[in-house]
Amino acid sequence: MTTTATRPAAAAPVPADLRRSALPLRRRLTDGFSKSLMGLALLIALIPLGLVIFHVASRGLALISWEFLIEDIPNSARRAGGGMGPAVAGTLVITGAAAAMAIPLGVLGAIYLNEYGKQNALARLIRTMSDVMTGVPSVVMGLFIYVSYVLVVKEQSGFAAALALGCLMLPVIIRSSEEMLRLVPDELRQASAALGARRWKTTVSVVLPAAISGIVSGVMLAIARAAGETAPVVLVAGTIFTSNWSLDGANTTLAAQIFKNAGEPFVAAQDRAWGAALTLMLIVLVFTIAARLISSRFAIKER
Amino acid sequence: MTVLDKSAQLTRKDRGRHADRLFWALCVSAGFAVLVILALILITMVKQAYPAFSAEFFTSSTWIPNDPDGDGPAKPVYGTLAFLYGTLVVSAIAVVVAVPVSIGIALFLTELAPRRVRTAIVTLIDLLAAVPSVVFGLWGILVVAPAMTPVYNWLHEVLGGVPVLGALFGEPRSSGRSFMTAGLILAIMIVPIITSIAREVFATVPDSDKQAAWALGATRWEMIKGAVLPHSFGGVVGAVILGLGRAMGETIAVALVIGSSVQIAANLFEGGYALPAIIVDQWGESTGDFTAALIGMGVVLFVITVVVNLIARFVVRRAEIRMRGASA
Repeated sequence: MTTTATRPAAAAPVPADLRRSALPLRRRLTDGFSKSLMGLALLIALIPLGLVIFHVASRGLALISWEFLIEDIPNSARRAGGGMGPAVAGTLVITGAAAAMAIPLGVLGAIYLNEYGKQNALARLIRTMSDVMTGVPSVVMGLFIYVSYVLVVKEQSGFAAALALGCLMLPVIIRSSEEMLRLVPDELRQASAALGARRWKTTVSVVLPAAISGIVSGVMLAIARAAGETAPVVLVAGTIFTSNWSLDGANTTLAAQIFKNAGEPFVAAQDRAWGAALTLMLIVLVFTIAARLISSRFAIKER
Repeated sequence: MTVLDKSAQLTRKDRGRHADRLFWALCVSAGFAVLVILALILITMVKQAYPAFSAEFFTSSTWIPNDPDGDGPAKPVYGTLAFLYGTLVVSAIAVVVAVPVSIGIALFLTELAPRRVRTAIVTLIDLLAAVPSVVFGLWGILVVAPAMTPVYNWLHEVLGGVPVLGALFGEPRSSGRSFMTAGLILAIMIVPIITSIAREVFATVPDSDKQAAWALGATRWEMIKGAVLPHSFGGVVGAVILGLGRAMGETIAVALVIGSSVQIAANLFEGGYALPAIIVDQWGESTGDFTAALIGMGVVLFVITVVVNLIARFVVRRAEIRMRGASA
């Protein structure tokens, strides 16, 4: 290569002009145009977010008060006043019960996927199916619980709603927990095994604690999502105007009340819907922020 | 030399063995729960909805559930075509609007934004995903629908005379509750999903490809067009299909703003219905066969979303495998 090449007798090379202004105008314009389109896309998405938050905050703040959070819902949508007490109670009870059902099941399922099943056929099937289950519309989950539970016990109840929300949370928790378990370095498992710990002991006292912050933050996000689910609650929880702190009997949630009142032509009902929306947004926000704090404060360093 | 401690028992013959088995069984059954629930959904719902499935359920757009002896036909008619149509139209609008926006945001985040800006924007987009759909519905019905009516009127005046577009942009309803409003609200709701997956896909583009484009003197846009987009096409398609699946199943926001009228109209500013929307809307007044028909629509919805999701996962996975091959 070096032997055959004869140096062309060219003039001294002119250094390439690498300044941006040296580019042809068309290329510069296309570049600038495409960049501003990307910025515009961002703006298009953020404007609705800003508007939603603004409207919910401004319309809701006028209404929200301690009384609003504890008083009964007026049984005529036309009537002003009253509050969302039963809906707040129902949201807490139903979401709590759903979480109590879905969290252990979801975390155990994730442990199976990451610690035992790994890449075998069953684990892969479960993984795909939980992805599919994540995509099942919430209204279908509501119908499912109606058919398989409400029709059997012949009563609409808060527990039925909790079952439906639990089913919606389960795949989300499984997949997010599995991600977190996968981040736990294998050296920890090996060290524990070398000390003579059994598999379950290793999992419970070494792997889980190492991944717990990520798992908790995933769970919190799942709870925030479930608290805002409406369709299943509308289908299986029935209606109620006074607080019901138990899982038995009809119940309601903030989301269901927003849906019901938003469709009413009366200003009083619409106001209550805005108030309920602000309350719900605050609950969701608290869980989301908590999730972020926990995951950023105690995250395992990704390797 | 150390003397081995004779008391160490490294055989498996102690009580802990059973605990190990028990824990394994617990975990496996938790994993099985997913499969069992999915199977139960299909079985119990099909069983309940079976009486509703007939030829007209799938082919007719006549929906007269509660008028057996009035002026309607002697027998209730459960044709669901209008709802299927509404679902398709609304999710099509949502995808058409959301896809360019999401891809723009994802490109902005991966290729343009400085790191600090990036985390802030990701937080905001996550916040968009965290807003419950019913809140979007409330905002849609009380704020967006009335606000959009003048816009629709204007669009109708401008485009109403054009041959094909004229049919789509017909006379708007005064309430503003329409296919278009539902589609726009849905678009806002699926932007975070498509964005987050597209972002992951763009992030897998090998640096060597990008640097090669830079070295050839490409501008940023030329680098994106030549290195990032061709590489991520499959993954982005998967993201779009996932967004479509989500849009089809979204219930509450659509139920509030779609206008609740049973019809197949080309006019996007007319009211309509979608499969999930009619289920929650008419659930309270349904009994017997009526309920079975609503559950039947749930089955249809379930099958559609499962198929769409499986296709999306398949596309994404195949794209991932191909990308790994390229970067190796």
